[in-house]
Formats: sequence, C-alpha cells, structure tokens
Amino acid sequence: MSATGIGASVRRKEDQRFITGKGHYTDDISRPGQAHAYFVRSPHAHATVRGIDTAAASAKPGVLAILTGAQLAADKIGNLICGWMIHSKDGSPMNMAPHPALAAGKVNHAGDAVAVVIAETLAQARDASEAVKVDYQVLPAVVDPAKAQAKGAPQIHEGAPNNTIYQWEIGDSAAAEAVFKSAKHVATVDLINNRLVPNALEPRAALAEYDDGADSLTLWNTSQNPHVARLVISAFVGMAPEHKLRVIAPDVGGGFGSKIFIYPEEVVCLWAARKVGRPVKWTADRSEAFLTDCHGRDHVTHAELALDDNGRITGMRVKTIANLGAYMSTFSSAVPTYLYATLLSGQYEIPMIHCAVDAVYTNTVPVDAYRGAGRPEATFVVERLIEVAARQLGLDPAELRRRNFVKTFPYQTVVASLYDAGDYNASMKKAMDIHDVKGFGKRRRVSARSGKLRGLGYSTYIEACGVAPSAVVGSLGAGVGLWESAEVRVNPAGTVEVLTGCHAHGQGHETTFAQLVSERLGIPIEQVSVVHGDTDKVQFGMGTYGSRSGAVGMSAIAKALDKVEAKAKKIAAHLLEAAEADIVFQDGKFTVAGTDKSLAFGEVALGAYVAHKFPTGEIEPGLKEGAFYDPTNFTFPAGCHICEIEIDQDTGRTEIVAWTAVDDFGVVINPMIVEGQVHGGIAQGVGQALLEGAVYDADGQLVSGSFMDYAMPHAENFPSIKVDTTVTKCPSNPLGIKGCGEAGAIAAPAAVINAITDAVGHENVTMPATAQVVWAAVRKAKAVRAAA
Amino acid sequence: MPHSRNIALTVNGERYEREVEVRLMLADFLRHHLGLTGTHLGCEHGVCGACTILLDGRSARSCLLLAVQCDGHDVMTVEGIAPSADALHPLQEAFRDHHGLQCGFCTPGMLTTLIEFLRENPDPTEEEVRIAISGNLCRCTGYQGIVAAALDAAKRMQAAPA
Repeated sequence: MSATGIGASVRRKEDQRFITGKGHYTDDISRPGQAHAYFVRSPHAHATVRGIDTAAASAKPGVLAILTGAQLAADKIGNLICGWMIHSKDGSPMNMAPHPALAAGKVNHAGDAVAVVIAETLAQARDASEAVKVDYQVLPAVVDPAKAQAKGAPQIHEGAPNNTIYQWEIGDSAAAEAVFKSAKHVATVDLINNRLVPNALEPRAALAEYDDGADSLTLWNTSQNPHVARLVISAFVGMAPEHKLRVIAPDVGGGFGSKIFIYPEEVVCLWAARKVGRPVKWTADRSEAFLTDCHGRDHVTHAELALDDNGRITGMRVKTIANLGAYMSTFSSAVPTYLYATLLSGQYEIPMIHCAVDAVYTNTVPVDAYRGAGRPEATFVVERLIEVAARQLGLDPAELRRRNFVKTFPYQTVVASLYDAGDYNASMKKAMDIHDVKGFGKRRRVSARSGKLRGLGYSTYIEACGVAPSAVVGSLGAGVGLWESAEVRVNPAGTVEVLTGCHAHGQGHETTFAQLVSERLGIPIEQVSVVHGDTDKVQFGMGTYGSRSGAVGMSAIAKALDKVEAKAKKIAAHLLEAAEADIVFQDGKFTVAGTDKSLAFGEVALGAYVAHKFPTGEIEPGLKEGAFYDPTNFTFPAGCHICEIEIDQDTGRTEIVAWTAVDDFGVVINPMIVEGQVHGGIAQGVGQALLEGAVYDADGQLVSGSFMDYAMPHAENFPSIKVDTTVTKCPSNPLGIKGCGEAGAIAAPAAVINAITDAVGHENVTMPATAQVVWAAVRKAKAVRAAA
Repeated sequence: MPHSRNIALTVNGERYEREVEVRLMLADFLRHHLGLTGTHLGCEHGVCGACTILLDGRSARSCLLLAVQCDGHDVMTVEGIAPSADALHPLQEAFRDHHGLQCGFCTPGMLTTLIEFLRENPDPTEEEVRIAISGNLCRCTGYQGIVAAALDAAKRMQAAPA
C-alpha cells in the first residue's frame, strides 16, 4: 500500500482552506451589483390567500421589486416536481399536487412563500417585507399523518382525496395472513419514527445572475447535485434551456439529503435576477431553514413478526403511514417505498413479508430523504421487532439474531433486494468482543449499586447503498438513471484533474478520489485535483446521496483510468520503440518488459500532447478520457452497533456510556474518513433517539423551530465511540466498495432504544427518548412489576 | 434612514475605520464589509457557535454583537489564527491530523472557541474538552475528531509554547 493510495488514512486535501477560513460557500460569493431577496412567508399552516397588497412595501427605501405567485404564473414559470412515480396497489398513479415556487391562491404549510422582496440590501428587503399585506383566510389544518386520512380531515389538495398520495404495497397480504394465523409466536410493535430537521450547519443559499448579452443564467447554490438541479429547473420549471443555465455548487456546508432537492427559493432567485436585471442573493436564516428545508422520517407504523418454537422467523407484516408534508419534494415518494420496504428483511432470512404504505399530505414542511432515507425507518422496525421477540421468547437478543442471519450469498430477499455479500455473524461477534458484552452483567450490577439502570442494545442493520442500477430504478418509477460520470484529464506535464459528477459537502472526495488516481497512476497525490460541482466544467452527473460516491462515482473514475492507462500504453510503446504488448505499467512507470527501458507517467503524458512520435491518424493526440459507470446492483453495507446506556431513575436522564460499531463497508479507501462518517452518522442517529423531534401544534405551527427548541446533539452527549470494520468485498463494482455515509444514522436509533428498553424492562419507549419519556417508562415498568 | 456611526477597530492585527449602520451585526460587518468570510453564520441566535470570534481575546458570538459595540476593540477571526501565511497554528494542524472537520462550516467557531479554552486550560481532560465545545454545534463529525484534535493540540502547544 502506498502512503497516499487506497487504504491509507491520507490527511484531507480540502482541510487547508477550511481551517484557515478560505473556503467558498455560496453566501461567501458576491457579484457586482448584487441585490438581495427576502421571502414573505405564510404564518398560517393552511389558508386561502385572498389578496396581496404590495403598494406600501414597494415604496420603501431600496426596494427594486416585489414579486408574487400570480406574476410567477403569468411568466409561465413551471411547478416543482417529484421525480419518482409510485403507483398505488390498484395501479393508479400517485397524486402529485401542484407545487408552485410562490404560492398561488393557497398556502399549505407555515413558511410557504407567498411573495419575495428584492432590494438593494438585505436589511431593506426585510424592512419592506413587513409592509407587504397578505389577506389570509385561515383554514383548519392537519399535521398528524395518522389523522390525515380521517373522515372530515381538512383537505389540502384538490387532486388528492383524503389527503392520500398513494397506497402502495409489497408482498402478498393473503399469504402473510396465513403465516400469522398459524404462527407460534407473534411479536408486535407500534412505532413512531419521529420527524427530524436535517439542520446542516450551513443554511441553504442561492445566488442567481442573468447575463443579458449571452441570454444565460448562472446559479450558485447549496446543492448536493447541481446537474440534477439544472435538469429540473430547465426541463420542468422551464426557466431556461440547459445550455443557457449554469449551476455551480461550491463548498457546501453539509447536506445529509436536505440539499438534494430542488427548492422554490433557487427558482425564484433565477426568475427575479432576470426580471430585475441584477444578481439576486438569498441566504436562509435558521428559522427559514426549519420552515423550508425538507424534514426527514415521520412514519407511524404497526408491525408484527411471526416466529416458530425454535426462534426462527416465519413472517413479517408492516403497515406504515408516511407523512410527506404539504407538497411532494423531489425524491419524497421513493423514500417510504423502495428505500424502506425493500430493506425490511434486515440481516435475516424471512420467508414472507408484506408491507403496506400509505403516503399522505399534511400541513407541514415537505418530507424527503434525510441521512439514511427509508433505511433508518426500516432498521428501526426490524431491530425493535427482533428485540421484543427475543424478550418475549426469553432468548438472548444476540442469539435470536444469530439463528436468523442470512448466511449464504447471494441471497434473494422476498422484498426484491439481492444481498450480494456479507458476513453478519462476523461483524456481530467482533462487536461483542470489542464491547466486552460478557462483562455487561457485572457492569449492570455496579450501576444498580448506585441506583442506576443499565441497558445494552444491539442493532444489526443493513442498508442498500450505491444508488443505483439505472434500469432497476427506472422500472420502479425513477425519472432519472443513477449511473455516475467521470473524466480524467491528464495535463502535458503529468498532473491530473479528475472531473466527477458527484458532489462533496464534507465527505472528502477531493482526497479519496485523488487517492485512487495516485494509486492507479503512481503519481504523488499533490499532482491530482478533483473538480466537481459546476455544470460548465463537469459533464452530466447525478450528485451525492445514498452513499453512492465511492461505489458509483469512484467506479466511474476507475473506468476512465483504465482508458487512460490503455491509451498511455499505446503511446509509451511508440516512445520506447517497443511492442505495446511488452509495455508494463507499474508504480507510475511504463517499462519495456525485461529491460531497463522505461518512461515516467509524466513523460508519456508530455509525449501524448507534443504528439511527435506516434501516428496521429491511428492514435489521437492528448490524454483525456471519460466514462459513465452504471452499477450492477445496490451495495449492501451492514454491521453491528452495540449501545450501552445508564439511566438515572430519579430524573429519567439517559447517558450513553459506551458504543461499539463494527461495520462492513467492503473495501475502505481512507479509514480516517470512513471512521469520521461513522461517528457523524451515529451522532445523528443518537440525536433522533434521544433528543431531536420536530413538533407541530394542532394549528400547524412548528413549535420546535429554532436551536433553542429543537435539541441538537452536543459534544457532551457522547462517549468516545469504538469503531472497527470487517470486510467482505462488494462484488457489484470494480473497487469492492459498499459505502459508509449513512450507516451510523441507520444503525443508531434502534441500538439506543433497545438499550433503554433493556434497562427499563418496558417496551414502550418513544423517540426522542427524553428524560421525561424515560422517567415515565421507568415508573410504568415498576407499576407493572408491582401489579404482577 | 437607519442611523449610522463611524467605528474604528482592529481585526486580525489590522486597523479598520468604517461607517456602519448601528443595526449591523459584527458577523455581517466582518463577512460583507471586510470580506472576511471565514466567520460563518449558522443560526443568528447565538446557539450554534459557528460565528464565534475572539473579542479582546475572549470568545464571543459575532451574530449577537453589533459592529458598533466593537468600536475601539480588538477582534480575531479564523483568518487570523495561523502565525503566518505559510504556517498553521498547532490547533489547525491537529484538526487536520485528527479529521476534526468534514464540511468545514462549524470549524472557524470550533477553532476560536478552543484557542481561548486551551489558553486557560492547557492540559484538559476529554470531558473538559467536550464541555468546552458544548456551545458549538457540529452536524458532521459526531465531535470525536474535534475532541481528539483539541487534546492533541494541547500536547503540541505544551511541547512548543508559542
């Protein structure tokens, strides 16, 4: 292994600019003559807009324009779309309601934008916004997904009776019914997968500029996938054709899914920039982020697991209501279906699964993919069921898992996933050894002596990453293919630029992608730079989400590198006056086999560009190759997380005292970065389990709408986490990578709640398991024991 | 028209005199008037800590300070941490070596917060570091790399005091 190649914990190339304050995030960029946008947002969750009076506001100092939904419609700016078609079980298409970038006639969630003020300064735009008079007729609201379909519930969109978007299912309900009828044991859980606010630390932002002379638009925005943004804003919103719209996503301060989607504000800034003839900048404040960034999760689920007398699982059935909020966001429909139900087999052999999902509209912020997207929800269902079943059967939870693990691969689940490789027992065994599970009983007794309850919880999770084979997702309703592209540009002096359709917003691609190039071409990593995030520089690409950049994006780079090497060999043969078959490329040198005649990579690169010594009719000058890579399957990272907690019975406060994570991510490019991804994922999962929850009141007001009300995980919420790996190589891509970005967030909630329920001796602990929730559960458990 | 006032202050060792609106926040002054965009705004209500700067050597939230309050004072931002253009502060080096940052957005506030903390507590425990940065949110790292970086920086700074 070279010091900068695959498997080395190379220090990140991007760090220098970030630790010295020299990054370039969207709000750091300013354009000459730039004006500022401030949005007028509905304070009501559900209301008819009877009129908007902008006269007084327009007269305020510095105001350039005040634009409304009516003008947007008059200018024929199209609606935002959800790009994944889901059909209900009766074959009907999902009910996608119109989503204009500025509300037209009706607002459907608190924070829905009705107008935008463009002014010389942000302060002036804000001042003027307060003088915009909007005449609302307030309508009753519905926020609880479990109540959205009820008779008499407020109707949000005309085309969606009973607020139902779709009623989808996978599996055979009659066959599942039969399994449950004859089941020896049935474990049941009723779960709420709590609504979360992604809260990337950098708020979303957009800066749009119109070039009158070229009739072209440029958008700088906080996007995880600038090409997809350009495609949607061109082809669906109709802002400008793709070749007249450049989207640049510069340094982006975290995404976690929330910056995948195409949002109203970027559409409005582009439109306003052209209308006003000035660059227009908008940056969300944190309140706007809470009210407009797509939220995550929000499922209500009833699930059952059937088992025989030997503790073998015989079936599972799941009924979920998924809240998609007021509008269908870009990928929202796929999250509670193909990213959820297809993972319900977990790490287990389950012969029969049925899952029914109703997706509903409510008067809340749209819900879409958030770190893990569907897979944390699935893991929570499966791992809670296993834990409850183990306790019901009086079996050790690890033993029940072991009995049911998938052991031979490939394994075709009954919910469409084809697990290609894994060793689930190996990761659980390693985690149990590292965690010293054997010593838990003793530790529990020590805790008990000081009046504390100690619990241990497992989560043996699985996820489907590396999204995704294009034909497969196409057959499931996706409007796009999920391949990735790459271009390797070798410069005449031998330095290399790698252009990728992926986008980094914390993942360290500038380093890991360069490691692959350094290893393959045998050149120092300093001679490699990674270019991403600009539609004018990079050919079309699909962006970063679903832990896809390693498995799919780097595979595309590997493919392009194969082509570079093949061409360079041909050129080297001419330069060295040898047969191509005799050229060996190793450690950055082209050598004539069996001789000491060799050329360094840079010398061949120069030879390719000066083109003096090979027939250019046969071999084109230059050294630049591109590739598109389409994965052959999803990848299936899996592992075992063990959480150990201590509960103060008097206050209900839960402290995480130890955490062990053993994950199988396939081949690891940079262990330091992978470990960081695991830490971060766990922190978000722990946040979901113990702290975070977006709370709406009955009127549809988001009452947890600031960092004062929405509890984010802090440094003192965690112990030092032990992270290790087991490796089964992924056979579905050339590098053997599975992906690591979401694992922690997927595994963690179940591990925490399984640990708490273990400690308390009572299964009904909802997320977030705040001190109050846990205190009540402790009291309830005591009452039940006393009554027994 | 909003009131304006003349202020004079030192930022990263350089003196600036500017006329500013009295309602202008220090963070916006640094970012948009001086072009020092290394200081980031993550919440504008004093919770996330991304905008933390050192005011006369003490950590402060630049989103909660008015620029006019800093008249006559000394401000240090992330751009002023490194001892020279081609050298890094030991804390910056430790952040790089321990993967103390991912997206980089919280990093400026983490660095300024820890510079003050390590000056006052040059040999901290892990728990003390965790408490010290509990007023700074990071959504990426789970804090473990940051804590490791701070502990290692303490060692480096003790070995080679500035």
